[in-house]
Amino acid sequence: MGGRIVSVSGSVIIADDLENAKMNDIILVGDNGLIGEIIKMDGSRAIAQVYEDTSGLRLGEKVINTGNPLSVELAPGLIGSIFDGVQRPLDLIMKKEGVFIKSGIKMNAIDRTKKWHFKPKANADDDVEAGQEIGEVKESSLVKHKILVPPGSKGKIKKIADEGDYTVEDVIAVLEDNGKKTEIKMLTKWPVRVSRPVKEKLPPMIPLLTGQRVIDTFFPVAMGGSAAIPGPFGAGKTVISHQLAKWSDADIIVYCGAGERGNEMTEILTTFPELKDQKSGKPLMDRTVLIANTSNMPVAAREASVYTAVTIAEYYRDMGYNVALMADSTSRWAEALREISGRLEEMPGEEGYPAYLARRIGEFYERAGMVKLPGGKTGSVTVIGAVSPAGGDISEPVSQSTLRVVRVFWALDAALANARHFPSINWLNSYSLYTDNLDQWYRKNIDNDWPDLREKMMSLLQKEAEINEIAQLVGYDALPEKDKLVLDVAKIIREDYLQQNAFDDIDTYSSTNKEHIMLEIIQLLYSTEEKMMDQGVTLDKIDNKDIKQLIARIRYTKEDEVSSLSKDIENKIARIGKKGALHGKS
Amino acid sequence: MVKVEYKTVQTVTNVLLFLNGVKEASYGELAEIELDDGRRLNGQVLSTNEEVTVLQVFGETSGMDTKNTKVKFSGTTFKFPVSDEIVGRVFDGMGRPRDDGAPVYSDDKRDINGSPINPYAREEPSEFIQTGISAIDGMNTLVRGQKLPIFSGSGLAHNKLAAQIVEQSKVLSKKENFYIVFGGIGINSEDANFFMGQFKNSGAMDRSVVFLNLAAEPSMERIILPRLALTAAEYLAFDKGAHVIVILLDMTNYCEALREISAARDEVPGRRGYPGYMYSDLASIFERAGKIKGKVGSITQIPVLTMPSDDITHPIPDLTGYITEGQIVISRSLDKVGIYPSIDVLVSLSRLMNQGIGKDQTREDHKSLSDQLYAAYAQGKQVRSLIEIVGEDALSDSDKKYLKFADEFERRFINQDFSENRKINETLDIGWDLLSILDKSEMKRIKPELIEKYGKWK
Repeated sequence: MGGRIVSVSGSVIIADDLENAKMNDIILVGDNGLIGEIIKMDGSRAIAQVYEDTSGLRLGEKVINTGNPLSVELAPGLIGSIFDGVQRPLDLIMKKEGVFIKSGIKMNAIDRTKKWHFKPKANADDDVEAGQEIGEVKESSLVKHKILVPPGSKGKIKKIADEGDYTVEDVIAVLEDNGKKTEIKMLTKWPVRVSRPVKEKLPPMIPLLTGQRVIDTFFPVAMGGSAAIPGPFGAGKTVISHQLAKWSDADIIVYCGAGERGNEMTEILTTFPELKDQKSGKPLMDRTVLIANTSNMPVAAREASVYTAVTIAEYYRDMGYNVALMADSTSRWAEALREISGRLEEMPGEEGYPAYLARRIGEFYERAGMVKLPGGKTGSVTVIGAVSPAGGDISEPVSQSTLRVVRVFWALDAALANARHFPSINWLNSYSLYTDNLDQWYRKNIDNDWPDLREKMMSLLQKEAEINEIAQLVGYDALPEKDKLVLDVAKIIREDYLQQNAFDDIDTYSSTNKEHIMLEIIQLLYSTEEKMMDQGVTLDKIDNKDIKQLIARIRYTKEDEVSSLSKDIENKIARIGKKGALHGKS
Repeated sequence: MVKVEYKTVQTVTNVLLFLNGVKEASYGELAEIELDDGRRLNGQVLSTNEEVTVLQVFGETSGMDTKNTKVKFSGTTFKFPVSDEIVGRVFDGMGRPRDDGAPVYSDDKRDINGSPINPYAREEPSEFIQTGISAIDGMNTLVRGQKLPIFSGSGLAHNKLAAQIVEQSKVLSKKENFYIVFGGIGINSEDANFFMGQFKNSGAMDRSVVFLNLAAEPSMERIILPRLALTAAEYLAFDKGAHVIVILLDMTNYCEALREISAARDEVPGRRGYPGYMYSDLASIFERAGKIKGKVGSITQIPVLTMPSDDITHPIPDLTGYITEGQIVISRSLDKVGIYPSIDVLVSLSRLMNQGIGKDQTREDHKSLSDQLYAAYAQGKQVRSLIEIVGEDALSDSDKKYLKFADEFERRFINQDFSENRKINETLDIGWDLLSILDKSEMKRIKPELIEKYGKWK
């Protein structure tokens, strides 16, 4: 005896007489068995959000309780796939059902028939604990999928499969603990709304290098950290998210398109297989998992999509990988919450969002972290969320709740975007609370002078803003020579360093080495010119046109040619410095 | 199956009807409402439970009472019959003929809500559409399968611009199967006549499907109209392999109608009284643009909306901009100085531009040239606002050049005639011409090779 529908309103239904209904149970709604989740209990009635289009649902249709919470399937086969918000495989759905998504499609996220080549990494009679590696499968050219003892299990290995080909449902090991036997398969499940257990969270000390100069230099995010990208439409949120997915030095990328454009997912699907990973030269798709619940797909599944994504990210983290999760856009996810809350007729908080909005956002970002794993290894999930504030005004609840929990804020600026200054990250408003933590790493791995250089450049940019205000009142000509110099150099920093062309084959990615060379040269030019001014040379007498043009070329110069170009520029700067000295004496 | 007739109307408002004790209604189902005087109206189920079922009424509820009004459920959601016969026809907001022709009969009836395109099945739009308008082709290129709205203000020339785009983009694709689907949402009869006149004069009517809901006609039909238009467009594009341009004008009226229903249902309002689900609702319309793997046709959407008090942060343009692939913004200040089309290129954007331009599509210099034009125009406009404070005399030589550039850019590049159809090469050449007002050393966005090849410095 199942339950039956007694009310339908948009994506929310009410079922009566549902057996053993509990909060967050997954139910199958109506004759087509649409997937839904119980979000409220009221006497014998269960109120549920439905993850599929509810058009045509009729009162009295049956409802079945699966008794399970919303879970994702975890096994080899995730990498390179594209799933919807409740982890249905969109590629397989297209093959089976055609190009439009209809309601009521049932399909396993993970292929049950495909065989994977399993290599055991533990022996019979070994004592193992949860999270320990017992085997390995090569999932893609870039990812070795570690088969771990699932959370909650431990014991002595009674049996472990020999090296060979197995499906995800074959038993590959048997554990025994106090006489209790546990079979281990490659396929496991995990409820999406519960974070996977961790032993200990470590302070994030290593930067997630993104190849984006403004980020890596001024506003870095740490591996295991969290960052937000709020910005009005057209400011370039999506391009930045894509750039991070392409070039950041994480091992695994989970990209979640929540309530955004269909064509953006298509762009990833077409470009990622072609693009090569910086380190290995292998296709980027071989380290990427895509979750796509576009704006026209059911709104409740959008709410679920970010949890699906972060659970998959945590799963790879537990294997010892550094995972970066991009969620574009968390505002659409929040709107899904608002819509469902409205249908439940809950008392609204600010701007109609539910009162629990801030808590949900906090919980989500809290799933980021650098964690300690069994065997002394570490793994991390870095969460980067795009935010789409209404009217571009970040005083709204989603932006504000996000800023309270994230530690990096990349403020996208419409004025910069309109002038095609990309990435349009405003250098005066943005911040990263990781810079102090990460300085040590930069000193050790790049150069001891990195923090110093960074601060010098930033102070020039800040001075530029101040001087510009004065210049607006008194005119440029009336400025002191040294102020003119600051404007001149700040312009170089803005145009040739902060700006970066995502669509240029070379400029799209900058190594920290290249960044360091560029910073040193700009600093050298500034200090040389400043000295010349001390000797009485005015800015218009400094012949630096040639040098400036060469500096502008560095960003378009291949990594292996950068140092020779920089030598050339250094010599030219030295030459004008000498001339300046002569001029000063005469 | 015998249809039950309900006479249990509890409440009538000017857009909604509340019915008691309905057992068989399904969400989204279409119903027929019969008034005491014999008038028949359609309605659609917005929500249903054992006590009360809420219907949205298409048409005037005046004259409706709670005693004698009868409601019959149709057993299906709203469907529109599609066939080749729809071409060249004019329909109203409910899909009924409003020309003299007979109703369209077809066994192929499509749910007007469509189904979402599987993101995996989408093909990335990348084919350049030459509109012959420099501000679009050069700076905010339109590609086939894109959704690129026009953000305008009341009294601005968005109608002319939309008509010019339709007229001129047609020429390029003459050899191909090409259709226009025009959805006039709550527009006045003058605007409707302007478009009908344009279509008839240019012969485009034979390749058009028109849906019209005029300002005085029932506002609830405005919710249906864009969905009808897109159902027709999907049929032509994905069944008939045609390239379809869909113009939806004016989406502001659509959003107003949405707000009207939301208010009538006592929903918790979002910003400015618009419902919290307006983003998802608009997305269900705009995302029906695109290209699909393995299919020839495409749907390019050009929705037009008027920004209330020219405010781009108003919820209607704001939510639209978050869904669409860019926006063409019409500026009142350019319009005032007599520039047509008065497109403000700085706030305009085409997100798919990069896919549609370059060596194989337009010309190798297109991307960097437009970047440079953007930067230079932004700089020029900044200088323009500076003079207001410091006066022109205080400008440096370089600033003066930027000022001149900005003026010339508006006069020669953006400005063109309503009937002027510029080829992409002409557009780009004007751009290079204008850049030569500035010093060559300022060309930071363009590679030296391209400057040598295309530059017009003496």
